[in-house]
Amino acid sequence: MILSASGVSKSFGGLQAVRDASLDVEPGRIVSLIGPNGAGKTTLFALITGFHLPDAGTVTFDGADITGRAPEEIARLGMVRTFQIVQPFAGQTVRDNIAVGAHLHHAGRREALAKAEEVATRVGLGDRLDMDAASLTVAGRKRLEVAKALATEPKLILLDEVMAGLNPSEVRDVIPIIRAIRDSGITIVLIEHVMQAVMSLSEFTYVLNQGQIIASGSPEEVTRDPAVIEAYLGHGMAEQVAKGAADA
Amino acid sequence: MRNLAILVGLFVVLGALPVFIQSDVWLNSLIMILFVALLGQAWNILAGYGGQFSFGHAAFFGTGAYGVAVLQVQLGLSPWIGLVVGVAAAGLVAAFIGAVSFRYGLRGSYFALVTLAFAEVLRILSNSVPFTGAGVGILIPLEPGLAHLQFTSKAGYYWLIWAMALAAFLAAWWLNNSRFGARLMAVRDNEDAARALGVSAFRIKLGGIVLSGCFSGLAGVFYAQYYLYLDPGIAYGPAISVESLLVPIVGGIGTLFGPLLGAVTLHILSEITRDIFGDAPGISLAIYGAVLIVIVLFLPRGLAGLGRISARRLLSRRSA
Repeated sequence: MILSASGVSKSFGGLQAVRDASLDVEPGRIVSLIGPNGAGKTTLFALITGFHLPDAGTVTFDGADITGRAPEEIARLGMVRTFQIVQPFAGQTVRDNIAVGAHLHHAGRREALAKAEEVATRVGLGDRLDMDAASLTVAGRKRLEVAKALATEPKLILLDEVMAGLNPSEVRDVIPIIRAIRDSGITIVLIEHVMQAVMSLSEFTYVLNQGQIIASGSPEEVTRDPAVIEAYLGHGMAEQVAKGAADA
Repeated sequence: MRNLAILVGLFVVLGALPVFIQSDVWLNSLIMILFVALLGQAWNILAGYGGQFSFGHAAFFGTGAYGVAVLQVQLGLSPWIGLVVGVAAAGLVAAFIGAVSFRYGLRGSYFALVTLAFAEVLRILSNSVPFTGAGVGILIPLEPGLAHLQFTSKAGYYWLIWAMALAAFLAAWWLNNSRFGARLMAVRDNEDAARALGVSAFRIKLGGIVLSGCFSGLAGVFYAQYYLYLDPGIAYGPAISVESLLVPIVGGIGTLFGPLLGAVTLHILSEITRDIFGDAPGISLAIYGAVLIVIVLFLPRGLAGLGRISARRLLSRRSA
């Protein structure tokens, strides 16, 4: 396992955002994390990458216990996240934005800029290198998030809804990019609402609801799981869906 | 690279000026412009490039000034040693203020208030301990000569402040072209995003405040050697802190040439107001305040932003 979280919990005041969540990620895979809004997916990402300190549980990455370490240390070990609400360095060019990530392993300005260009081409931003990051479209900004993370040359990348807000054709464009990242040897964990992407990309899926992992398995198995259907559609819906399928 | 060429060219021209200008009045004006540009660039390094707005750069300025003055007067050491010690001491004060503020995540107005408080504490301290001369102030004995870092001609002082300002402007250029600078600006624009990419925001901000503090301290060393007199109000008073931030805000915050532009503009402005209103107390300050409001309202990126806007308009008009 390149990444495993076991028994991770976090509460904010009276709200238990994540409760005893465990997940394991094998190297070289694309694993997805799905769940209704407010299930705690982003919080779980933040707990794994050091942005929040877990109340309980441990996180190990690449053989090391990283529970409670600072985000920058975890990034240096080779695990980076992107942000659901995109976080560009506004006012800087796309090239400069990506170079910040590239500087993690390249001290020289020239090498970092060259690396930034190479990464931009990989995610399809090669023609927008000199644009101000703030003037990119939503799709462009999502790609920039991926590019910045990719430029740190990570072993594992956590993508937080990089397809949210994209139209279907833009989603179709992003899917091969993500697959290519995995094929280059980087493990991927993604939070996604776009089921088209989840079904076609991921080999394994965890479902989070109200802070708890309620199901895991292949995307096909998980979407048939009654607990998952109820989490998304409401109590009693699993039965109705099953009946509807039987009637059809 | 183009910026570096412009910068070096500009400073070569500036460095040659005393050959053509013999008037002490003019040289004094140029000295004050470069001195204020140095102060402004020092503040700009932390605030413009690092996004941390200090309201107490006098804490560093005064430490540099007292460093060189106290070492000469109390210990009889060479001002060259005083220069090194003064700048290092300013850097240490910066490191301490930075470590305390950034460790506890102080940002924005809270950080500004803490820096102001430290400058005030240092002012009161220097007012009460004997080795700074307390409220009476400290007088550096007049001993002209390069060894004593004192000059009989204005040109000598001009070249001294020219070299100091050049160092600060080169440092700012380096920020635009280095990993440290890229990280400093990343932290300024989005601290969480920077940390997610492996940037230790704490260490980077600490580096920024130390670099900034050292150059402010350097300006303090120059001040002490130029006027040969210091008191707590001059060294640690709010006037220096305000001057430090006014110059880059007027000129263009976070830009390489902004502090120089601001220094020239404010100097010309204060000369004009002095000509028109005489030495009536407070008038020039009132006008400073009005200018600041106008700039913040209409030119949030300072005069350098004005240049950028008009250049862009010109280009777009030409292409149209």
